[in-house]
Amino acid sequence: MTLSRRSDNDLHVKIVVTVKQVPDPNSATLLEPDHTLARDREVVLDPGDECGIEEGLQLKEAHGGEVILVSMGPERAKDAIRKGLSMGADRGVLISDAQLSGADALLTARVLAAAIKPEKPDLVICATESYDGSTGMVPPMLAELLGVPQLTIAKKVEVDGSTVRIHRQTADGYQVVEASTPVLITVTAGIAEPRYASLKGIMAARSKEIKQVGLAELGVERGEPGETIEGLADAEARKAGAIVQDDGTAVDRILQVLAEAKVV
Amino acid sequence: MAKVWVYAELHGGKLQTTALELMAKARGLGDVEAIVLGVGAKAAAVVLGKHGAKVVHVNEDKAFDDFIAEPAADALAALHEQQQPDLILFAFTPDSRDIAGRLAARLGKGVISNAGDAAAADGGFVAKVPYFGGAKMASMRANGKPAIVLVRPKSFEPSEAGGTAEIKELAVSIGDGSKRAKIVERVAEASEKVKLEDAKVVISGGRGMGGPDNFPLLEALANALGGAVGASRAVVDAGWVPYSMQVGQTGKSVRPGVYIAVGISGAMQHTVGMKASKVIIAINKDAEAPIMKMADLGVVGDALKIVPALTAAVKAKKG
Repeated sequence: MTLSRRSDNDLHVKIVVTVKQVPDPNSATLLEPDHTLARDREVVLDPGDECGIEEGLQLKEAHGGEVILVSMGPERAKDAIRKGLSMGADRGVLISDAQLSGADALLTARVLAAAIKPEKPDLVICATESYDGSTGMVPPMLAELLGVPQLTIAKKVEVDGSTVRIHRQTADGYQVVEASTPVLITVTAGIAEPRYASLKGIMAARSKEIKQVGLAELGVERGEPGETIEGLADAEARKAGAIVQDDGTAVDRILQVLAEAKVV
Repeated sequence: MAKVWVYAELHGGKLQTTALELMAKARGLGDVEAIVLGVGAKAAAVVLGKHGAKVVHVNEDKAFDDFIAEPAADALAALHEQQQPDLILFAFTPDSRDIAGRLAARLGKGVISNAGDAAAADGGFVAKVPYFGGAKMASMRANGKPAIVLVRPKSFEPSEAGGTAEIKELAVSIGDGSKRAKIVERVAEASEKVKLEDAKVVISGGRGMGGPDNFPLLEALANALGGAVGASRAVVDAGWVPYSMQVGQTGKSVRPGVYIAVGISGAMQHTVGMKASKVIIAINKDAEAPIMKMADLGVVGDALKIVPALTAAVKAKKG
């Protein structure tokens, strides 16, 4: 079930970047005052995925090849793919199906794997975690289902023939980790500054292909979810303390708190 | 009794505190067996026994140290085949995430990630997970067996239970097919004077610091207080300071006596890593910033003026 290794050298690197549309991290809070989800909230291409696309584009520019964006989401997730296409990606695949509403990490990984496998990419690039879910489980699951090794938390990627080498961020520095293609790479948000789409890029993106597929075409069945939410409670919130304007007394107020905590 | 596994992480042969945190919780959930892989596993097994593991499965193959995720996933999958545990606990750390995700996909099971607690309920397991950006806490039930749960570091306090574990060799051969993502070099970057995770006082800076050139102001305050400097994800992503300083969901979890957030708005990504601090002080020019709602003292003002003045005052007070 593994992806086949490409026979040609690195003159062409076929790169899949997984992308996700998420609520805009810069817009107002997720919840209305009555704790319901704000439905009209702005949605954007996940900022972490923009970095993945940028890294994919830079590798393509260095080695030649193709960048394909693969996303799972509702119809409107085409906007997120379109944004990546306007940055310079070549084409997109959107897996959209009413049955996928509320999909968990395993189902998401199964769906992405089914869509990616026929593309036979050399590299699959994912953000280390999404901005909204932040569980970071889809990439390792996807690597397993594709049968490829995983190079994770990369802050730097080098491709040298069929060898891919990354700097894997660790708590006190980094590890140099390498594997042969095909591989799955997760990248940090710091890996590359995403480019702005040029007007030319935006125009060109209009005619680029976004293939839309459903679950049946992929041969994936929804199955039972791995986990179920049984209840939602308000998170234990810390009590807000005093909020003071700095009118020159702020330092004394802080010193007082530090003294009470016995650190001065 | 439920069969509970704890995957105990080693770094360079050293048993990680997160493993002992998981042990403290696991003891109350069933009969605990720990799995520890790589060079140093046998020595670690003794410690895990003291923390309540009845059995510790060990294998000292160097492949576990040298290759990402796949050898460990192979070993866990092989042992799962024989033992069929009810619950597997992992720490929510980069290495364990890599392994847990692969294992879950191989077993075709779901994963509950980023949990803050886990409990037995109605013959299964339910974990507490932050939801809707941390505003809500979801009770999430694992539908499959084993339940696979990743728990955030510092969720539980390690404590010895005073037992002795039976140490069993985990028989598994790691084939070349799993020796693929090879760690060829380990590079340590600048070491911290006081470790962020252990510091009694943490001073963290965010975008409101204006730029990397102003971080020495925080260093000076940290030196005066005997603390360590942290940072928000935004400034780490912007390249102002190294990742080793990042506090938050993708960075370090801290629970110091005093946490001073300077120019940090307080997104969930950050607060999840510091909200267990005993006392929180926020300095921010925006009175409406979310961090103000969770601070014991929120000061609305110019951090670049307040921080140096505070440093001078602390020094004066300490003499």
